[in-house]
Parts: sequence; structure tokens; C-alpha cells
Amino acid sequence: MEVAEEAAGCSLRPFSCEQGLLSRPDGSATFVQGDTSVLAGLYGPAEVKGSRESPDGATVEVLLRPKVGLPGVAERSREQLLRRTFEAVLLGSLHPRTSITVVLQVLSDAGSLLACCLNAACMGLLDAGLPLSSLFCGVTCALDPHGDIILDPTARQEQEAHAVLTFAIDSAQRKVLATTTRGSCSAEEAGLPAPRPISGRGGVAAATRAGSGL
Amino acid sequence: MQKENCRPDGRELGEFRATTVNIGSITTADGSALVKLGNTTVICGVKAELAAPALDSANKGYIVPNVELPSLCSTRFRSGPPGEEAQAASQFIADVIENSQIIAKEDLCIADGKLAWVLYCDIICLDYDGNILDASTFALLAALKNVQLPSVTINEETGLSEVNLKQKNPLVIRKHPVATSFAIFDDTLLIVDPTAEEEDLATGTVTVVTDEDDRLCSVHKPGGSPLTGAKLQDCISRAITRHKEVKKLIDKVIKSIKPK
Repeated sequence: MEVAEEAAGCSLRPFSCEQGLLSRPDGSATFVQGDTSVLAGLYGPAEVKGSRESPDGATVEVLLRPKVGLPGVAERSREQLLRRTFEAVLLGSLHPRTSITVVLQVLSDAGSLLACCLNAACMGLLDAGLPLSSLFCGVTCALDPHGDIILDPTARQEQEAHAVLTFAIDSAQRKVLATTTRGSCSAEEAGLPAPRPISGRGGVAAATRAGSGL
Repeated sequence: MQKENCRPDGRELGEFRATTVNIGSITTADGSALVKLGNTTVICGVKAELAAPALDSANKGYIVPNVELPSLCSTRFRSGPPGEEAQAASQFIADVIENSQIIAKEDLCIADGKLAWVLYCDIICLDYDGNILDASTFALLAALKNVQLPSVTINEETGLSEVNLKQKNPLVIRKHPVATSFAIFDDTLLIVDPTAEEEDLATGTVTVVTDEDDRLCSVHKPGGSPLTGAKLQDCISRAITRHKEVKKLIDKVIKSIKPK
């Protein structure tokens, strides 16, 4: 398991990643951020059933399994976000009429869950050897009542914050692939994390180091 | 489209379709609103029922939104259990209600730990021509402004609730969230209020929800082509302008309704 060193200017929880731990899926990875961990399993390119087949490119399917209980409407909404993020980086046109299935299992949730899912999926896509136009990383920022930005918040910090913003940032041009927010904040506060992705640089650089090391 | 700076229906890149609102059309509901954004037609009906509050939040009522995209509105939806788009839209509306604090759930409580209102907000799309999230948020806001709740008292002797249908009070709407959606083409072009055809061709979408204090209630970009931080800031500014137009429209409609 690769454990990343802290990059300058970041205050992320210690994070680590392990790839290739499952034998059946084509690609698998587990990503741990502090106490939050997510296991990703990938199958693809594989056969796709009739009506869902697309002659232009691969059909991406995402399944997000919560730690407890059955997947509900919230999981479906996150699955849609994850699926569209993967479709933006996957070179699906290289594998038309196939399906790529990403299954994410939440092992433990101690804050920044969606970011951890994004990171686990990215490492899983690398492990499966699927063609990507860029890597991506997930980062969660919490705006606490004093107006400070906390990166990679714990569950407690997320609850106390008046806004929690999650970003998926690509590695090629440092642009925002996906974003979702909880709570309300002023436009100035939200503008700060987006053009200043120090965490993105730290996360992607460390993830790329971790990925290339394995 | 990029060369001529104009869209198939003749609109500018930053121009919205004609928005119309009709409030109070469903008499059997406690509040209702019909919103048309061009051809996209969405109706929202609010029904209020009584229930016991949850054990861990004894002073809070419930607001339960549900977005339905029936096969009536478009050929892309089959009849049966709700598809991914309907579920994602329902979750989006639930998040907007939670993030913007449109109604304080404490206001829905009648008696701590015993009785509270549940507002079932059913949002049904009748005609799907793109930009369902904006239309749904607007319909929800207009319907909630139209809701009249009967006053409820608890009889101390019997412990039962007594509903007085003759005396009705409107809901206290704290904030007015308004959603503005954009479609992204080829990482650079952003158009406002996409139609169904434009959405199919787009490489991504962004939805920004703002309230009247220019605070962001939600920035929803579910994947799609990457955007720079500066472009996101542009979207936010456009959304703030749109909020003022929509607020004026709602105020006008509310004023025009004669009290029952």
C-alpha cells in the first residue's frame, strides 16, 4: 500500500491507496482518506445488453453501495454525478458497443465520502488499464462558521460547517469536472477553492505518485 | 451556432425562454403552481398532512419532494419505476429545500413531539423540452407560496387534534431559491436554459441555485466537460441576474391572486 506524503500548502488527512487487491474484477482499488475508505471494482470493456448498446462509445454504469441499507435516491443522484464524470475522461470511443461497470462499496464514512469515491474510482480505472484523457481527483472543502476553508473535512467538521463543497478536478488542465454543494455560502467564498486547487495539485500529484509506484 | 452566436430557436446565448406561471389551479391541493419555460411544462401540487415528528427532531415537520417524469412528457421515459433522471431530480429538489432553508421545518411543528405538518410536494413534468431542474424549482417555490394551512389545535381533554378548515394561514417562506441551468459545448461555449435538443448535443450541464441575498444554495455540475473556475464564476453571476427577474415575476403573480 502506498502512503502519500503531505504536499506543501495542503492540510489533508493522511491518505493511501492500494490497487489490484481483488481477483475477479478487471480493475480494483481501495482509497483511504483518514477514516473514510471506499473500495472500487471495475469490469470492462465487457458485453452490453441490446438496447443499452451505443455504437459511438462505451456505456458507463456506476453502482454505489452504501455501507448500511439499500441504495436510495441519494445514491442514484451520486451515481449520476460519478457516471458523467467518468464519461468525460474515459476515451469511450475506443471501445464502442461495450459496457464499463464501476462498482463502489463504501467501507467506512468519516467525512469527504464523495471525494473518496472519485479518488477510488480513478485509481480503479488506472488499474483496469482503461484509456483516459486525464486523471482526476476528488476534493471536499468545508466552510466553517469563521469563514475558514477546511480541506478534506471529517464528518464532525462537515456537520458544523455552513457549506460543504465537493469538486472533481482533472489533472491535464486543472479544470473543474464536477461539483456539488451542501448548505449555502456567498459567491466570494465559493469562488476561492475553484481557481486555487492546491489540494487538487497535491491530491493528483500524490495519487499519480501512488499509482505509478504500484 | 458558435459562428453566428445564435441558437436554433433564434435566442441569444444568454437568453431565457418565455416563462409563465399559473398559481392555484389545482383546487384539491393545498397549494399548486404550473410553470412553463418555453415548451417545458411542470406542475407542482402540495398536500399537507399531519404526522408525529421524528424522535430525534421533535420540533420539526417534514417536506417530502418527489419529481416525476412520466412517459407522457417525452418518448425517452418509459412507464414503470422512476428512472435515474427522475431520482436525481428529486434528490436535487430535496437538496435545494435543505440548503436554502426555504421553509424552516420548525415552523411546521404544531406540538413538540406530538404533531407536525408533512408537506408532500409532487412535481410532475407534463411536457419535457429541457431544463427540468429550473422549471421544477420555480414550480415548487410558487406552489409553496400558494399553500394555505388550516389552523390545528390539540384538545387538552381528549388529546386529539382539531383541524379548523375555515381559518387558514399562509406558509412562512424564508428564502426564495431560483435555479439557473447552463449547457456546456466543447469546453468553452455556455448557453443558458437549454432545450431538449440542445441538452442532447451538449457535453455537460451546470445548475446554479441562488437566493435573494445572492448566496449560493447549490452549484450542481454532475460531471461532463471540465470548466475553468472563471467560467463557473460567470455562471454564478448570470444566475444572480436571473434570480431578480424570477423574483419579480413571482411577486407579480402572488399580488394578482385575489384572496379567497
